[in-house]
Amino acid sequence: MEGNIILKFENVGKQFDGNRVLKDVSFTLKKGEILGLVGENGAGKSTLMNILFGINVIQETGGYEGNVYFDGKKVVFKSPFEALNSGIGMVHQEFSLIPGFTAAENILLNTEKTKPNIISKIFGKRLETIDEKEMRKSAQKGIETLGVDIDSDTLISEMPVGHKQFVEIAREIDREKVKLLILDEPTAVLTESEAEILLKAIRNLANSGVGIIFISHRLNEIISVCDKLVVLRDGAVVVERSVGGVEIKQIAEWMVGRSVEGEKNFHSKIQDISNDKDIILDVKNLWVDMPGEIVRDVSFKVRRGEIFGIGGLTGQGKLGIPNGIMGLFPSGGEIIFNDKNLPLNNTYNSLKSGLAFVSEDRRGVGLLLDEPIDMNIAFNAMQVHDKFVKKFLGGFIKWCDNRAIRECAKKYIKELDIKCTSAKQKARQLSGGNQQKVCLAKAFALEPTLLFVSEPTRGIDVGAKKLVLDALRGYNEKNNTTIVMISSELEELRAICNRIAIVSEGEIVGILSAKAPIADFGLLMSGIDKLEEEGEDNE
Amino acid sequence: MQIKNNSIEKFLINSAVPILFILISSIAIPLSKFSGIYLVREIVTRLTRDTFLVLSLLIPVMAGMGINFGMVLGAMAGQIGLIFVTDWGVKGVLGLVIAMIISTPISILLGYFSGAVLNRSKGREMITAMMLALFISGIYQFFLLYLCGSIIPIKNYKLLLSRGYGIRNAINLDTAGAFDRLLRIKIRGVSVSFGTILIIVAICIFTTWFRKTKLGQNMRAVGQDMVVADSAGIKVDKTRIQAIIISTVLACYGQIIYLQNIGTINTYNGADQAALFAAAALLVGGATVSRATITNAVVGTALFHLMFIVMPMAGKNLTGSAMLGEYFRMFISYGIVTIALVLHSWKRQKDREMARVQFRVNVKALK
Amino acid sequence: MNKINQFIKNFGWPRIIISIFLISLFIIGPFFGIPTDMSLNDVFVRFGMNSILVLSMVPMIQSGCGLNFGIPVGLVAGLIGAVMSLEFKLTGSAGIFTAFLIAIIIAAVFGYFYGKLLNRVKGDEMIIATYVGFSFIFFMNMMWIVLPFKNPSSVQGFKGTGLRVTISVQEYWYHVISDFLKIKITEHFIFPTGMFIFFALMSLIVWAFFRTKTGTAVTAVGSNAEYARAAGIDVDKMRIISVIFSTILAAIGIIVYQQSFGFIQTFNAPLSFVFPSVAAVLLGGASVNKASIGNVIIGTILFQGILTMTPSVINSAISIDVSEVIRIIVSNGMIVYALTRKGR
Repeated sequence: MEGNIILKFENVGKQFDGNRVLKDVSFTLKKGEILGLVGENGAGKSTLMNILFGINVIQETGGYEGNVYFDGKKVVFKSPFEALNSGIGMVHQEFSLIPGFTAAENILLNTEKTKPNIISKIFGKRLETIDEKEMRKSAQKGIETLGVDIDSDTLISEMPVGHKQFVEIAREIDREKVKLLILDEPTAVLTESEAEILLKAIRNLANSGVGIIFISHRLNEIISVCDKLVVLRDGAVVVERSVGGVEIKQIAEWMVGRSVEGEKNFHSKIQDISNDKDIILDVKNLWVDMPGEIVRDVSFKVRRGEIFGIGGLTGQGKLGIPNGIMGLFPSGGEIIFNDKNLPLNNTYNSLKSGLAFVSEDRRGVGLLLDEPIDMNIAFNAMQVHDKFVKKFLGGFIKWCDNRAIRECAKKYIKELDIKCTSAKQKARQLSGGNQQKVCLAKAFALEPTLLFVSEPTRGIDVGAKKLVLDALRGYNEKNNTTIVMISSELEELRAICNRIAIVSEGEIVGILSAKAPIADFGLLMSGIDKLEEEGEDNE
Repeated sequence: MQIKNNSIEKFLINSAVPILFILISSIAIPLSKFSGIYLVREIVTRLTRDTFLVLSLLIPVMAGMGINFGMVLGAMAGQIGLIFVTDWGVKGVLGLVIAMIISTPISILLGYFSGAVLNRSKGREMITAMMLALFISGIYQFFLLYLCGSIIPIKNYKLLLSRGYGIRNAINLDTAGAFDRLLRIKIRGVSVSFGTILIIVAICIFTTWFRKTKLGQNMRAVGQDMVVADSAGIKVDKTRIQAIIISTVLACYGQIIYLQNIGTINTYNGADQAALFAAAALLVGGATVSRATITNAVVGTALFHLMFIVMPMAGKNLTGSAMLGEYFRMFISYGIVTIALVLHSWKRQKDREMARVQFRVNVKALK
Repeated sequence: MNKINQFIKNFGWPRIIISIFLISLFIIGPFFGIPTDMSLNDVFVRFGMNSILVLSMVPMIQSGCGLNFGIPVGLVAGLIGAVMSLEFKLTGSAGIFTAFLIAIIIAAVFGYFYGKLLNRVKGDEMIIATYVGFSFIFFMNMMWIVLPFKNPSSVQGFKGTGLRVTISVQEYWYHVISDFLKIKITEHFIFPTGMFIFFALMSLIVWAFFRTKTGTAVTAVGSNAEYARAAGIDVDKMRIISVIFSTILAAIGIIVYQQSFGFIQTFNAPLSFVFPSVAAVLLGGASVNKASIGNVIIGTILFQGILTMTPSVINSAISIDVSEVIRIIVSNGMIVYALTRKGR
């Protein structure tokens, strides 16, 4: 039976700078088998795949523990190309196709069929002519294996999204000796009928003897197509079993299930705001076009003075909500803020009317890395509210009041305990946690009535995390500022929020009290509620 | 029917620039009072003279590096080759062939250097190539003005400045017209140099064939999306350097063909404008910064030079000032490159926006 | 030792080499019969003539529009101001101030449209600016012929129409700024105090601008456009402001140049200001997206120093005129170097 096993992880572990992300991961995959790999964000799925693929980051951070066996041999790939060459294919969430090329050209990119000619015999293989007929034939064969009907001469740019996904998969299986295929959320961009065809195609592929790892947050897909299930939680395998007889609810519980101890004291401090009388923000039918975080149709109400959490898996659209309301990405719908209609797609106006936003993209959007801390903190307040400005000539000249700016910076450095040499230090030189505090200070300096905080603890160490969360809660209590916090980390939301909305596929699937059982959140994230609704429709 | 309409529309959009130039020329030709036979003769001469240089721009466009303003490097290499054969007194076709042989390694070296520099400035290749050409032109001048005749022996004192070293500003070529005289045939009073034309046809065939090779395919892939090409295992930097080397070598040959037709070398300023005129000609032919064909090159060269001949005369006849027409054609040369660059950049931004709008429609439809 | 390394890193090798080269030229100059005071005089005068043109690079670099290869747009505005003031036959400070005023208004209009254009081609500003500048020069060449200028000192003598290639300002506002409070230090060294006061004034305006609310917004747009957008700033507007500012400075700069030089150079003359101005600011330590007034001062001194010292010293030393070639290699090499550095 050993010969039948295509992939085997044996006690694989990995840590980044002392931060353990994988421990003791072991499981096996047989030829022709489909393995569903599920887990929350940060459960270790991508790190595991990176190890398998020999992505540079792994070596640069000191390699990994344990062994990986592929096709009966122990392997340590040094680069993705080695992995590709030995027969592992991977289909990513984002397309890596060339839009101006035909399907055939993309499927055979850098593995083109060529014919030798006189010149190539002298100067080498790179000058061999391309054999278009062979290319078309080979590409068509690949596409047919998937059981779909796409003309291999069509340009990628003229294809519907679904077809692009098929071309992408066809490219991976075309590599003649592909033995293992990894599909990372392949159905995320597909319509339901397309997804069905894709699942069928995956089954066909498995029947031809290829081992498949299928990563998806749509648990119903996992159940319907996979043979075997592996659930990762906090970097460890919690379940490895066959899919037969497993229910979606169970999987959801396995994914999020944590020890519930110690949760109580989180909530003790949170004041109870349970009536809908005083609504500060009313969002109706919001859509936001933020690449990778599309919001389709979202409505919710935020009560004055509460901390409102928005959670959900990466790519489902939770980040699009604040970015859209703040006018950073094109959006539509209706927003009522403080009983006034808030025009969309106008950042200045959003800031002016008392909103503030701490972006999830700290270094890209949140900071001027080459400017000093004080300028970073004061900038928004100066631009929006004319704070820290001395006016001359009846307001014609608005001179920066450097002293006021420095005073303000000093105040926040002290309040938030920002570790720096002085207020004049460049933001680039600070650690992640301190940069995040500067971003918070920037938002606080605006003295907002409602503050959006997006992924406030992403990429910062544990100690800093606590400080940031405490600062937020402190600010909320002291100034009665309403806070909407968006985070991928459910625990963090449950620790400081009053209510938590869960976003899935661009829509809010449910709003729960932070005290609700954790499995309920897991179910929402997997889009189960939606599934049940659909189920009813079918009946 | 629908499709046919579309393709006519597409054709019109793609050839908007050439059509505009045909219109301008058709107004200017009667004003210039040139005879038809004169114009035909001039255009045939200039097509044989310039097309090769214009064709040297095609491959970098394919590799996504825009107009190779660094082709001047090749032109300078070609001039060095010609200066040496003139010094050695080799005449005729043999002289030109030897000039090509001497200048090939120089242009390969310069092309490699240019490609390496451009790899360090991805996203702003065109301005870098242009500045690099100006920089190398300084070294070229240093080489010819101070090293030639002092360190590098030049026997032929006619080539040297009166002070005893340094190459003169203008040099008459012994090899003048050597390619042109091959197979020259007079057709109705227009002499056509089939020798040179055959060389041009050969390079057209080479380019067409090259596009179909593995290397050509790699260049197209790199040109469209470097990240995807890289993840497919194509060596992006190396491929880009190769594209520039080919372009530089072709530009070198192009300059030799150009100069044997003219007959004299303008030693220090001759190469500077080569890239501008070649780029303008290519763009007049309807090419863009990201898409250029052989047809674009040939049609563009003809149209551009038609305008070049007609404009000063038309300007003079219209206003009485010869300079006006002269400035107008310089304005048009620079202007056409400007407009092409602006349209390209603008279109790229618009495409990006359109893609998002399309996406939004899809998202709505999904709902 | 570490400090020295740090210093070299901050100052950059190209600047160190050129500084050493320049200093050694000053040292060996007297041995070849070049009086030091004369050399100093030349460097100071040329600094005064060119510094404002170099300064005009700063606003556009700071707003992220890159190096202003389109400086001819501003130069042409300056030329129009200068010839217009001659048309009114104004002399002395009245003449030059009229020239400034007209030039500033025209530069503001040109700058607005130039800025609009650059906003449409984000990412390709530099190559497009270069060609916009070149085409604009040739467009204006036609205008110089066609426009009905009247002043006999401006138009071509024999025809009576079309501008001359060089127009003397001797009788109008020659050295109005240069000679203001000038100090004669030695026989060959007259310190052009007025030029330095004027440059200081312009620098002060630039410095002050970047300390206003709008100025900080412009800097923010340049260092991180996304950050600026998230702060509710109209990115395109800020870029246009910076382009207008740069264009106005270039227009003023060329008039200052002309009053010292003594001639208004029309037609192709603006071409020769493009790359030297860009190279000077880079030589001063600016990068494609960061520049300061310090960069302008150091860059102009080094660049003009090389330009004045190499012909005189090297020609006397080895009686070969390599200055032109050195100028081409240094200025264009500097630009290539800056373009290939990873933009930070």
